Amino acid sequence: MHEEELPAWSLAAEEVAPVILPGAWPDGLTRDWAWGGSTGAGVRVCILDSGVERSHPLVGEVQSAVSIAVDDDGRTVVTEDEEGDLCGHGTACAGIVRSLAPDCEIHSVRVLGAGYTGSGPVLLAGLGYAIRTGYDVINMSLSTTKSKFTGLLHDLADEAYFRRTMLVASAHNLPVESYPWRFSSVVSVASHEQTDPLVFYVNPEPPVELYARGVEVDAAWLGGGALRVTGNSFATPHVSGICALILGKHPRLTPFQLKTVLLTTASNVGGADER
Amino acid sequence: MSDDVRAAVAAGVMPADEAFRELLQSIVDVARAIFGAKASSVFLLDEESSELVFEAVSGAGADELVGRRFPSGTGVAGWVIASRQSLVIEDVGEDPRFSREVAESTGYVPKGLMAVPLLHEERVLGVLEVLDRPQRSRFSLVEMDLLGLFAGQAAIALSLLGRTRRAKAVLEGRDAALARVAEALEELEDRAAVDRLLVALADVLRS
Repeated sequence: MHEEELPAWSLAAEEVAPVILPGAWPDGLTRDWAWGGSTGAGVRVCILDSGVERSHPLVGEVQSAVSIAVDDDGRTVVTEDEEGDLCGHGTACAGIVRSLAPDCEIHSVRVLGAGYTGSGPVLLAGLGYAIRTGYDVINMSLSTTKSKFTGLLHDLADEAYFRRTMLVASAHNLPVESYPWRFSSVVSVASHEQTDPLVFYVNPEPPVELYARGVEVDAAWLGGGALRVTGNSFATPHVSGICALILGKHPRLTPFQLKTVLLTTASNVGGADER
Repeated sequence: MSDDVRAAVAAGVMPADEAFRELLQSIVDVARAIFGAKASSVFLLDEESSELVFEAVSGAGADELVGRRFPSGTGVAGWVIASRQSLVIEDVGEDPRFSREVAESTGYVPKGLMAVPLLHEERVLGVLEVLDRPQRSRFSLVEMDLLGLFAGQAAIALSLLGRTRRAKAVLEGRDAALARVAEALEELEDRAAVDRLLVALADVLRS
């Protein structure tokens, strides 16, 4: 089939398949139970990206911002980030999270800008720092293709899982092996074409687990402005924002439980009440 | 490697460089045509200098941009390199900071762009960009997939080009004189003459 030949993990609107849950699934697990009334207050969301612009009207307060580098001895160097955003992407992700979870905390960990050669180690160092800092949700619209990093990334993803940090990672829509989105300890996200930010689908055929809004999203960008953007990396913060809403109401959920709530309240699953 | 083999390899490597450049040019030309865009470019990542180099350009800026460099650690292309993720941006021109950055590096200010990383095996080799696609209708994931397929092709061409250049550098490094001979061979269009010259060269080197 034509669809199978394409490398995409993204989901065209007409291809959404309903997922039927087992009959014994608890009736009470609805969207209203999951995040009704929540604003994400008290939840700490980390944007592991290109930095986040300070004082952006669509992002609001950024509680902390650091930049990550790796020195010649391989040690992680964490400094206060005075640069803001070197690209615009991190600001876009932060703005999307903010639009869904208006009262969550936003923390920026910048892993871009240290030069290309260090990008793999910097990504790992940044992720390690974010996990050990104890953020509730880490938005990771990034991946690496280097197989030598996959073992380390796998360990970090497991560490996050056991520390109650939800890693939300962008899936790839190119035919290459990349990580960490393929790991079962993270939630991986690709795009659908709907415009409702709360519509997300569960994929019955992983490794991509969720599809969220990722096409023509109006998102914050540099200079206090906004742009219309498309990509899995913008679908990911939609799920991060929804995670923040759920954790705002149910702060003690483990990543395993949080993922179960996501899978149960997905728009194509029986437990989704409103949609 | 014996000298005559090296000479033969050099003679093979030089025209290949040109052929892969033509392939890249063809890819950006087709990408521009398919998306109805104003311009399309392939950037090569120079890992040593952490710079992106314009390797092939179609449309606006085609004449003056090839060979131009800018830092790979910032901007949309830098993010695409670091994150391995594709993205599409519309109305980029509305943002003054973005515009200035792009204008400084390219002399051309796009309103929108599609950017996709060029990945080959485990490596990121560069970025393919398509600038100013007309907004006829809502952007679709099918277009994103199409761009990804082009990127696969461009990545292979870029990988071959890189290999050719490394081979060329090795040959030049070991024997500059031989590289000059190879360059001279590249100029010759008469293949029979090239073959005769190679045989003669091999005889001289053996004697």
